[in-house]
Amino acid sequence: MSDPADVSAMQLSPLLTYVLRLADDNLILAQRLGELVSRMPELEEDIAVANIGLDHLGAARMLYAYASELDGSGEGADRKPGRSEDEFAMLRSEREFLNAVLVEQPNQDFAHVVVRQLLVDAYQVPMYEALMKSSDAQLVAIAAKAVKEARYHLDYSSIWVVRLGDGTSESHQRSQAALDGLWRFAADLFAADEVEHNLVAEGIAADPALIRPRFDQIVATVVARANLTIPEDPYERIGGRTGFHTEHLGHLLPEMQNLYRAHPGATW
Amino acid sequence: MSYDVPAIEGEVEAELSGAPGGLPLWEVFVRADRGLNHVHCGSVHAADADLALRNARDVYTRRREGVSIWVVPSSQISASDPDTKEAWFDTDHPYRHPTFYEIPDEVGHM
Amino acid sequence: MTSVEKLEARFEEILANDEKVEPRDWMPEAYRKTMIRQIAQHAHSEVIGQQPEGNWVTRAPTLKRKAILMAKVQDEAGHGLYLYSAAETLGISRHELNELLHSGRQKYSSIFNYPTLSWADIGAVGWLVDGAAITNQVMLTRTSYGPYARAMIRICKEESFHQRQGFEIMMTLTSGTEAQKAMAQDALNRWWWPSLAMFGPPDAESTHTEQSVAWKIKLETNDELRQKFVDMSVPQAELLGLTLPDPDLIWNEERGHYDFGPIDWDDFWQVVKGNGPCNRERIEHKVKAWDDGAWVREAATAHAERQARRAAAAAPAQEAA
Repeated sequence: MSDPADVSAMQLSPLLTYVLRLADDNLILAQRLGELVSRMPELEEDIAVANIGLDHLGAARMLYAYASELDGSGEGADRKPGRSEDEFAMLRSEREFLNAVLVEQPNQDFAHVVVRQLLVDAYQVPMYEALMKSSDAQLVAIAAKAVKEARYHLDYSSIWVVRLGDGTSESHQRSQAALDGLWRFAADLFAADEVEHNLVAEGIAADPALIRPRFDQIVATVVARANLTIPEDPYERIGGRTGFHTEHLGHLLPEMQNLYRAHPGATW
Repeated sequence: MSYDVPAIEGEVEAELSGAPGGLPLWEVFVRADRGLNHVHCGSVHAADADLALRNARDVYTRRREGVSIWVVPSSQISASDPDTKEAWFDTDHPYRHPTFYEIPDEVGHM
Repeated sequence: MTSVEKLEARFEEILANDEKVEPRDWMPEAYRKTMIRQIAQHAHSEVIGQQPEGNWVTRAPTLKRKAILMAKVQDEAGHGLYLYSAAETLGISRHELNELLHSGRQKYSSIFNYPTLSWADIGAVGWLVDGAAITNQVMLTRTSYGPYARAMIRICKEESFHQRQGFEIMMTLTSGTEAQKAMAQDALNRWWWPSLAMFGPPDAESTHTEQSVAWKIKLETNDELRQKFVDMSVPQAELLGLTLPDPDLIWNEERGHYDFGPIDWDDFWQVVKGNGPCNRERIEHKVKAWDDGAWVREAATAHAERQARRAAAAAPAQEAA
């Protein structure tokens, strides 16, 4: 078998690769947020986290719908339809998922949940804003809807990171630990390869080089208000965009996929 | 009935202290659409106003029920005494209502 | 009349006129207690009810089902919240009610002490448990305590999709593969009787019914609601091609209702007493979430206090300027 980390081995077009990266980020994060149902510190937060999870799930489904179109091949009567959203979600293996490794990190505690969310939001808001200027009309439409949700998520995550960082000594320590633990995964959100660079050049994809400074600025502002410190460790764990994940994804997927795979061809 | 759990024989009814506790309570008012008043729709618990507003948004506008929200600390609401209902509200002056006046039909709508 | 008699007369008049009792009205202490108990149990039921269904959020078979289920479980949390809000108007804090639930001094509906073992259980819970709940809750929109009635109106409006999504899951399964059909029948077999028991003990043995009816807290009795539910469910099961697990179930022309077999009240009481299949797990889960969240609530409170102090310190400076 060829190296699955080589995206070309999956025979995906560049645009499909890009769309799946965006979709997988949203699905895997939604799955993590779904795990939190009935486990939050207050009833209000149970409701809030479900809203955010539903938004990410909705964004993932819009993106998979587009991916499905791109996945089809042939013309006219010979047209072979692309994989459905569920086939993308339920039938791909760990090495075929293209989400950034940040979103697959486990919930651990509320600090990890909101810090992870802050990092994702600080990436998604400028990314969707940039995507709204894409030459691809479908991506523009999806981004226009998703950006509104992402802005609310950023508002929620910032507010909580500030409260935890500037709360009690325990909450400060926990949120700093979450930031320390998750920071090395942030760079993966921006880890662009040749595929993505070409799409940027064509005016289709959002340019990670332009999003990163905005991300840094947003995170720096919130972290400062929270009296937290961005870790100095320069190590960056990247690889999710080409299917080189942390071990956590291999536990998340079987739980999500088991039922669908146990009944091949069934309708639900 | 479904949520009325029957008492078990020998069950002691829980003593209620009525003591305050937990995060502060906020009353929530939602404006359903532009041009309408904010209307009271319930309450949320939150440590501060910023969180209370967001909680209210997540709890009470999940189905696009609103375009604007107010939250007010429940402790800050002053209310009229129900015992004064008659003295306060059962008074009326008939000449404040349009039907008090007799106008010939020929005048039409007025 | 003494002043208390006057107040009692006014309260009775409100009930007789089918007006609503409102939070600051005088009410008999027993009415207040009954109301708190019932609203709290209802709220606890919604909150604990997140667990059996939340159990399948991460494992839903399709993304569409995952989204629907997440939204539904979120609604349960929302409904719990509306109800706690209503209870709080009676002068009890949600915090205290929470503690009463955690320590086992207040209860929640026994139905949530059964496990959801297959995906079909999500269908059965929506169809039967929500169906039973709606039968009851529609009645409660007319209950005598204003904030409770208003919460129920909002809840009924929002829950109209809950039963339908459950029935749709069952329909999809029963028109699916053999394995799916078997899954659906198995779920029905396990959820049918607990759903009937959910309406509470027969009227003859129900300690609360009489007073609750007099106070217009409940407008129909356990047995009336149960019969309504059975009559509604039988044709639905037929439509699904499923068999209700009751050999005694038969249409009674004379009564104009279905007769059904005896409910196993011993089992019911075992579950109420805490010995159902999931009683311990449900409370442990709830208490753990609450304890795990303590530092978050403390942090938010500490931050709010610090902000208030900062604002107070800044205020005179602003005035001087």
